Amino acid sequence: MPAVQETVDQVRSLDVDQYKYGFVTDIESEKAPKGLSEDTVRYISAKKNEPEWMLEWRLDAYRRWLTMEEPTWARVSYPKIDFQDYYYYAQPKKRPQSLDEIDPEILATYDKLGIPLREREALLGIENPSRPIAVDAVFDSVSVATTFKAELAKQGVIFCSISEAIREHPELVKQYLGSVVPVSDNFYATLNTAVFSDGSFVYIPKGVRCPMELSTYFRINERNTGQFERTLIIADEGAYVSYLEGCTAPQRDENQLHAAVVELVALKDAEIKYSTVQNWYPGDKDGKGGIYNFVTKRGDCRGDNSKISWTQVETGSAITWKYPSCILRGDNSQGEFYSIAISNGFQQVDSGTKMIHLGKNTSSRIISKGIAAGRSENTYRGQVTAHRRATNSRNFTNCDSLLIGDKCGAHTVPYIEAKNSSAVFEHEATTSKISEDQLFYCLQRGLSPEEAVALIVNGFVKDVLQQLPMEFAVEAQKLISVSLEGSVG
Amino acid sequence: MALLEINNLHASIEDKEILKGLSLSVNAGEVHAIMGPNGSGKSTLSYVLSGKPDYEVTEGTATLDGVDLLELEADARAAAGLFLAFQYPVEVPGVATMTFLRTALNAQRRARGEDELSTPDFLRIVKEKAAHLGISQDMLRRGVNVGFSGGEKKRNEILQMALLEPKVAILDETDSGLDIDALKIVSEGVNSLRSKDRAMVVITHYQRLLDHIVPDFVHVMHKGRIVRSGGKELALELEASGYAAYGQDAA
Ligand SMILES: Nc1ncnc2c1ncn2[C@@H]1O[C@H](COP(=O)(O)OP(=O)(O)OP(=O)(O)O)[C@@H](O)[C@H]1O
Ligand SMILES: [Mg+2]
Repeated sequence: MPAVQETVDQVRSLDVDQYKYGFVTDIESEKAPKGLSEDTVRYISAKKNEPEWMLEWRLDAYRRWLTMEEPTWARVSYPKIDFQDYYYYAQPKKRPQSLDEIDPEILATYDKLGIPLREREALLGIENPSRPIAVDAVFDSVSVATTFKAELAKQGVIFCSISEAIREHPELVKQYLGSVVPVSDNFYATLNTAVFSDGSFVYIPKGVRCPMELSTYFRINERNTGQFERTLIIADEGAYVSYLEGCTAPQRDENQLHAAVVELVALKDAEIKYSTVQNWYPGDKDGKGGIYNFVTKRGDCRGDNSKISWTQVETGSAITWKYPSCILRGDNSQGEFYSIAISNGFQQVDSGTKMIHLGKNTSSRIISKGIAAGRSENTYRGQVTAHRRATNSRNFTNCDSLLIGDKCGAHTVPYIEAKNSSAVFEHEATTSKISEDQLFYCLQRGLSPEEAVALIVNGFVKDVLQQLPMEFAVEAQKLISVSLEGSVG
Repeated sequence: MALLEINNLHASIEDKEILKGLSLSVNAGEVHAIMGPNGSGKSTLSYVLSGKPDYEVTEGTATLDGVDLLELEADARAAAGLFLAFQYPVEVPGVATMTFLRTALNAQRRARGEDELSTPDFLRIVKEKAAHLGISQDMLRRGVNVGFSGGEKKRNEILQMALLEPKVAILDETDSGLDIDALKIVSEGVNSLRSKDRAMVVITHYQRLLDHIVPDFVHVMHKGRIVRSGGKELALELEASGYAAYGQDAA
């Protein structure tokens, strides 16, 4: 059975209230003092034995952040965040040196999530052992284990936590970190730069096709900790990598803060495929609790003929503020964004993408499927721009919204700007609704309301699901059904 | 008790009473035709029996094989063996007809505690039944009823009936929109489903359908009630004289 299928089954069998991942692991953890100050930044940096240049970088970000304003342009509303009311760092007390030393409680948690943490288990969990998945699991702030490292190392692939990369591969980190998302890019990215706790680092050398899908499973465990991962992926000339990111968080009454930064760099002829399935706790049926998710994800097609593809399935979080983007700098470079964003209950989603065409003959493709149910609000916000130099740039945008019920909202906010008259930008948008008549028709044929909605929704999103790696697509499909439970009837 | 037993059924929508004490008994093996002027409540009857939301039953009973239909949700009524061929079949974009048929059949089988059909078995059955009704493979790949012509939609309804093998089927104006050849194909499809264990209620305005699907009984519905019942000759009489005779007294 594929690992993700197992994940889904195990998670289903847990059946913790509505949110199936809502369990808390009881391990002792070590936290930074509550609140945010230069001392917090120093504490984090010291905890991670970081070199001086890293601390300076963080402090610089922190000072800039103090002068910045929280953005308010997104179509989301929430009470003002008290940034002093969070813990910015938490780590399990026992630091594991190898997989065998991992706290059994943590392993049990991952077991519940179905993550094949141990290599042996991972291999068993995958049908085709020639295409195994390497997992870098981030438990709260520390990456507790990285599997398959040795195998990847043979190909010269570096896949490790960002903390380790800072220590072991400072040249690469110095060269690329912050080169796609600059220190003062935006409020949340700057906050992340100051306090990021951990995340993944990937480097694929020239001409190497990464032999397996790389995967990170994020999970927020500690009460009131913000999770600030930082991920950096570099595909050197002619390299290829497919990266999977999955996220869950336990159920809590308070809102948890999450502000990640992901930077992708594709050099000449390189390709990066980045897939996300995000199912963080969305809050309860009255809109209490849930994750605040403010994410900056950006890919730089730095070399000619490079390609970056974002695929996301967003089902969780109380608030999502997220715009995975591509800078199409190299000539003939390509950017893609495939998105399914589902909101139910009181969730608010403001998500979309930016395609910045700078090079010649660059092309981009945006397929966005937004599904709103319950009392949720779902906004697609997309920006496509062509620079003066970007001759013959092309974009195709298709942006569809599906409404379930009449208390939710779907909104489309496209910004299109071509400074070059040879640019060809196409934009299609539709909004539809699952009608009472459609539901009744399905029910009359024997489908339950849940089956009917799942069938219609899966039909609606299939163009995007096709973009996901197979194992992920199965998980995504099930997640979609789970997250829409109770949206009708 | 008859297979389908409706007694003194009163139902309203948006506080407007449409069915006003309707009674009807349909035995296994029988085909009943219901005729009646526009707006007399024929489609309403089909919706109330099959559990469409927003209809409120205020009085009366309806049972299928002794099971109280009015107690069940719409999907459970379907699993209990009630099928409605819609007067206006609904489009479900994005869902391939084949997928829809399979999901529906398996849902009903599950609800009845039967095993799901294997993919090869399912495909074989669908292909065979679709061929009989002149439904192409291409149509089966398209979204449910999306871009189907009026006649194709009606044929697709009969395909579903053939696949789901209900105990009681209500066909609401299945003949409307069919050309002469399609009318024959559909009627043959329906006739081949006549059996001693199954009952059908055929709603129509025209004798020409009843030339092909010969009913055992014909009922006239007027203002939410059955006002007259008879044999198949009643349909011919109506075709000749219309509903004028029921104008006042039935109200
Ligand atoms: N949602 C509604 N609100 C109010 N009245 C309704 C509603 N739906 C149906 N009706 C009314 O109920 C009555 C019966 O309608 P119904 O569709 O059952 O008639 P019918 O006998 O099937 O007619 P036809 O032969 O034209 O198909 C009509 O007067 C119609 O206007
Ligand atoms: Mg009607």
